[in-house]
Amino acid sequence: MLPSAPADDPAALPLEISGVAKRFGDLRALDGVSLRLAPGECLGLLGPNGAGKTTLLRAIAGRVQPDAGSITVLGAPAGSPAARLALGWIPQELALYPRLTCLENLEAFGRYFGLGGAALSTAVERCLRWAALADRADDAVQHLSGGMKRRLNMAAGLVHAPKVVLMDEPTVGVDPQSRNRMFEMIDALASEGTSIVYTTHQMAEAERLCDRIAVVDHGRVIAVGTRDELVRAAFGTRSEVVARFERMDESAAAWIRQRGGRFDGAAARFEVEQPTAMVALLEAAARAGHTLVDVSLRRPDLESVFLHLTGRELRE
Amino acid sequence: MILPVARTALTSLRRDRGALALTFILPVAFFTILAVIFGARRDPTPPVAVIVVDQDLSRASRALVEGLARESLDVRTRPAARHGVEQAEYTEDTAELAVRAGDAPLALVIPAGFAERALAGADAHADVKLVRDASDPVAAQIVEGLLQRIAMTSLPEVMAGRGVRLMDPFVGGFTAEQRRRVEEGLAALRDRPDPETAGPEGGMLIPVRVRDVVGPARNDSMISFYAAAIAVMFLLFTASAAAGSLLDESESGTLDRVLGSRVTMGALLGGKLLYCTALAFGQLVVMFVWAWLVFGVDLPGHLDGFAVMGLVTSFAVAAFGMLIASACRTRAQLAAVSMLLVLVMSAVGGSMFPRYLMPAAMRHAGLVTLNAWAIDGFTKVFWRDEPVWRLWPQVLVLGAAGAVLSALAWRLARRWERS
Repeated sequence: MLPSAPADDPAALPLEISGVAKRFGDLRALDGVSLRLAPGECLGLLGPNGAGKTTLLRAIAGRVQPDAGSITVLGAPAGSPAARLALGWIPQELALYPRLTCLENLEAFGRYFGLGGAALSTAVERCLRWAALADRADDAVQHLSGGMKRRLNMAAGLVHAPKVVLMDEPTVGVDPQSRNRMFEMIDALASEGTSIVYTTHQMAEAERLCDRIAVVDHGRVIAVGTRDELVRAAFGTRSEVVARFERMDESAAAWIRQRGGRFDGAAARFEVEQPTAMVALLEAAARAGHTLVDVSLRRPDLESVFLHLTGRELRE
Repeated sequence: MILPVARTALTSLRRDRGALALTFILPVAFFTILAVIFGARRDPTPPVAVIVVDQDLSRASRALVEGLARESLDVRTRPAARHGVEQAEYTEDTAELAVRAGDAPLALVIPAGFAERALAGADAHADVKLVRDASDPVAAQIVEGLLQRIAMTSLPEVMAGRGVRLMDPFVGGFTAEQRRRVEEGLAALRDRPDPETAGPEGGMLIPVRVRDVVGPARNDSMISFYAAAIAVMFLLFTASAAAGSLLDESESGTLDRVLGSRVTMGALLGGKLLYCTALAFGQLVVMFVWAWLVFGVDLPGHLDGFAVMGLVTSFAVAAFGMLIASACRTRAQLAAVSMLLVLVMSAVGGSMFPRYLMPAAMRHAGLVTLNAWAIDGFTKVFWRDEPVWRLWPQVLVLGAAGAVLSALAWRLARRWERS
């Protein structure tokens, strides 16, 4: 058992990750990750599938032993009893007992965290209300809709009122309506001062929920900041022109490269200092004999940032 | 379109090692076990162990004992040596105790006066006594039959003499000359060099009185045997399936979540073990209550022994289930492995055929299974009416097996603890 520092050290950060590395055979799943989570902050981990997001969350939860580096949760080493009590973990899978009711599931996970008696009843009621499942409390999980199961999956990780919550793509496979309901639940959680780490490969989710975003790829954090900081760091004040060509052939590809643009498989992207530069770009395309079917000028978003930093799309 | 469908099914089967094992290995394993059990017995007479107490010590009684020893019987006149010290010969009382304890299925007592009076039909009290364990009804019948055969082959002069005496009144008494010739003939029979050459013709039966000392008032010995035997087999299946919840939880991510709480791997396995033990015990209770209500197995009279054997058996099978669940990677793999192991253990361990019907080597091999020890324990309780303290070998072995299997399960399950 690791030595366990008190998890309620007021000076300690909710989460501090320093130089964490982990290999699985030849795969370098985490490669020197360092991150800090401020009290009450929602930190997004944005990256494609296989980037190392889930491994990082499992390491924070104490389920993966890093080869190097350290992780503390409110000052306690990851995996220690104090860190476990301080953490709420919402895994990507529906980690529930399908034949038990919503109420029974929450009671079971509450007991696993040492709750009992009136404290357990109060915690379960709070979670059922939070997940808008109070009227389905006595329904078996296997009879719930997909969205309801996802909400219960979230509630099960929060029944012991953790100060730090890890959410691993909690909205996977849910319809837009349910997703909005879950966003409201996360807003409510954040408003109570809970610190959250939220992994996703959905830009919209990261922009909607997260105070700061860490862009993760190949087990490394390649950029951290607010959305605006990330965009500014990658693009400065430049805007982005997205253009689609009538015929995308070798000649068009060569022209895009010559003008400093990138082709992402669907459209060409050019960075321009001023919006007026778009006119010159259109004229140059016409002179070169390339017919454009769709052109737009926009401020770069997180997807642009990811493409800029990694040279590939987020969902490749 | 038929061929592509068949081809897809075949490809799926080739990828499913568990199904492949069930399809091809299980039948071969079963065939092998049955072939060993029944095929290895060239002699149709099973090697029955019989304790012999000769109180008569007459020429006839000695000839009878020697004749028994020549048959395919395991004739014992004294207990096995302990620490190299030879034990005293069995007496009628110690022989009966040995049968009660299950050391042998029956004891044959040749009382004093057997040759003089019983063979002459003069005194039924001097008849051969067969003290029998009703749990093995076959053994007594075999020995009774063999006794009659031995009478023909080993005691021809006694049989003939008895015949002559029976005939005497009908012929109005033999003359002195006839008596002399008869005596000469009987002497020739007595002194012949090879008793095996004597024919069976003209013989008479040895009077035998059979007495059951184990389960004497019951005719349900096989019922109570099968209640235990079948229960143990299904307990193993139940425990394996119940322990499989570990794999379900691993696949669904619930295990990760549980181990992320205050629950440690030790506590998790302890909880599962407790659950599987309680489930198995519940199953045993239902089985024996049914056997009591419907078939009259005396459960109320053996509650203490049942509780002891039930709990220790349930613990051992639960630990077995935990071990194979911890060793397997998927539910499908668990289903195949548990089916294979449980059926083989049940066949070898006596859940399908009583072990006393098996060859000696197979009987000994059965002792590596939980089934054999559990069935032996329940047999002691329900057939032999033995006191609870006499269950100590079974309790010790099953308890130790449960502890070792649990420790191995914990060792294997640590792979889930942290990666």
